[in-house]
Amino acid sequence: MKFAVLVFPGSNCDLDMYHAIKDELGEEVEYVWHDATDLSGYDGILLPGGFSYGDYLRCGAIARFSNVMAEVVKAAEAGKPVLGVCNGFQILTEVGLLPGALLRNKNLKFMCRKVNLKVANNNTLFTNQYDQDEVIQIPIAHGEGNYYCDGETLQKLKDNNQIVFTYEGENPNGSIENIAGVINEKGNVLGMMPHPERAVNELIGGADGLALFKSIVKQWRESYVQA
Amino acid sequence: MKKVKIYVTLRESVLDPQGSAVKGSLHTMGYSEVADVRIGKYLELQIDPSERDIDGIVKEMSEKLLANTVIEDYRYEIEEAN
Repeated sequence: MKFAVLVFPGSNCDLDMYHAIKDELGEEVEYVWHDATDLSGYDGILLPGGFSYGDYLRCGAIARFSNVMAEVVKAAEAGKPVLGVCNGFQILTEVGLLPGALLRNKNLKFMCRKVNLKVANNNTLFTNQYDQDEVIQIPIAHGEGNYYCDGETLQKLKDNNQIVFTYEGENPNGSIENIAGVINEKGNVLGMMPHPERAVNELIGGADGLALFKSIVKQWRESYVQA
Repeated sequence: MKKVKIYVTLRESVLDPQGSAVKGSLHTMGYSEVADVRIGKYLELQIDPSERDIDGIVKEMSEKLLANTVIEDYRYEIEEAN
């Protein structure tokens, strides 16, 4: 499976994402600059964390108009897995692939620590290697991760089982219903504030994030590779 | 040349933690009259009139980029630029 790690000016988790795929997951991966106009050669698209365009105006607001984002929308429509982590999540909400928006953390602080996450839906192409309601540890690092959507949208998210990760125990940012990650209706675009790419090796504090990437590969192999 | 002043504010239904913190500070300073504080953004655009309707393009720019209408409202004023 071949992944693209998108790189925007100001991305800073792109190296971690690349490392997670190449060295820990053992799949093919390439960096793709934000002005790329073709993603057809990739099976999965990863939008890393960071501060694209300095978070000017709003997080993700400017990155959303990069050339490559039109291709990300196409890839999403084609059913390819698209994962946005942290700033990548913010970009996916700005471009409209995911509902809602990310607001300033309720306590106004940049939160950088490991949190407990509950896998609220393990029936997705990103979470099939976890148990339902399994509690995992993944680091967060954000100042604007307070997920918000209106009541109607929240109801839809619940009805369609689109809430994939919730904070377990303490909610670090004040997000509605403790939401940490949501998926689109079709089930191939996931956005999450915690950083699974930073939890891929026990040597650096935990490997609970690796199963997320393994889930993507498993689903892809089952769908596209003849046994 | 026209000057367009755009005000972007968080929607009423959206909590504004920054505004709450500033309100708390104003109360600490003794300004107990302050009932609420909401923090927003103010943008000034200089616009060369074209054949395109200025209201139309200001709305378009606001909704596409300058405001995120999921969480923000906007309003604007158009003036003659000096």
